[in-house]
Amino acid sequence: MSEKIVSLKVYFLIFGTLMVLTATTTWVAFYDLGRINTVVALVIAVTKALLVALFFMHVKYSSRLTRIAVVSGLLWLVIMIGLTMSDYLTRGWLKQISG
Amino acid sequence: MTEGHAGTHSALAHHFQNMEQQREAGSLGMWVFLITEVMFFGGMFTAYVVYRAFHPYTFAQASSELDITLGGINTGVLICSSLTMALAVYGTQVGKKMMSIGFLCLTIFLGLAFLGIKAVEYAHKFEHHLVPGMNFTYPYPDPKHAQMFFSIYFAMTGLHALHMIIGIGILTVLVVMAARNRFSPEYHAPVELTGLYWHFVDIVWIFLFPLLYLLGRHLEGGGHV
Repeated sequence: MSEKIVSLKVYFLIFGTLMVLTATTTWVAFYDLGRINTVVALVIAVTKALLVALFFMHVKYSSRLTRIAVVSGLLWLVIMIGLTMSDYLTRGWLKQISG
Repeated sequence: MTEGHAGTHSALAHHFQNMEQQREAGSLGMWVFLITEVMFFGGMFTAYVVYRAFHPYTFAQASSELDITLGGINTGVLICSSLTMALAVYGTQVGKKMMSIGFLCLTIFLGLAFLGIKAVEYAHKFEHHLVPGMNFTYPYPDPKHAQMFFSIYFAMTGLHALHMIIGIGILTVLVVMAARNRFSPEYHAPVELTGLYWHFVDIVWIFLFPLLYLLGRHLEGGGHV
């Protein structure tokens, strides 16, 4: 059986990091940094999600096949949000052709 | 790895060559399902992104109506539950039955705590007429798009809560199975795969919390001056 058993120490370390990041994102939210607020919030959220995925969900210790599946899921999400927003945000850029 | 009937594990299905292949296939199956869930929630995240892009100030103001303390506590509760879930899986990996049962029960308890806090939050919304379609009364400018914020809030946290309820149901079944000695270091796939599901639900909330609760906190008085 070659299943990797993650140590308890790693689990508690990741847990602590997640709590610290949660406190950080909440604290930063109260300061007006303009557009950077959103960037910071997303960077922290993505970091937390990565930690959960890599260590709690064992993606770090998974086969390449599993990792390809995970990445491809994110790819479709990026396509959905990316193409949708590129549509909405470019509306009205081109003049209507009359006649 | 031995093949054939001698030395094979009793939980090995006939179409797999060994337990590792079976485990890998099960894990991949759960990940494929989680990818569909990413798109499921992703559709609503897309709606959120669109409406927020066009009405940023209204969304920030409306966000301040949410209780950041309860939301923050719930975030902590879910992170704890992910830890206890990981420890439950660990318990089955090392064959410690009482440890795995204990942490499965803890995870259930934390999940129920999350839902209880959510219920309190929803009750507040009903009291303050912030439920779309039910005498929605918004005292600040642009109630039309504020109502959009609350529609998205209820739809996304509601769908998330439904996933929590289903997860708690599955965890309860796991507790019964564990008590009946169904898991061992060689076979604990149900616990592992439920763990993947539970961590995914946690990840959804990791994004929901900042996007729904933290939007308008930098505004003076939450924008409600």
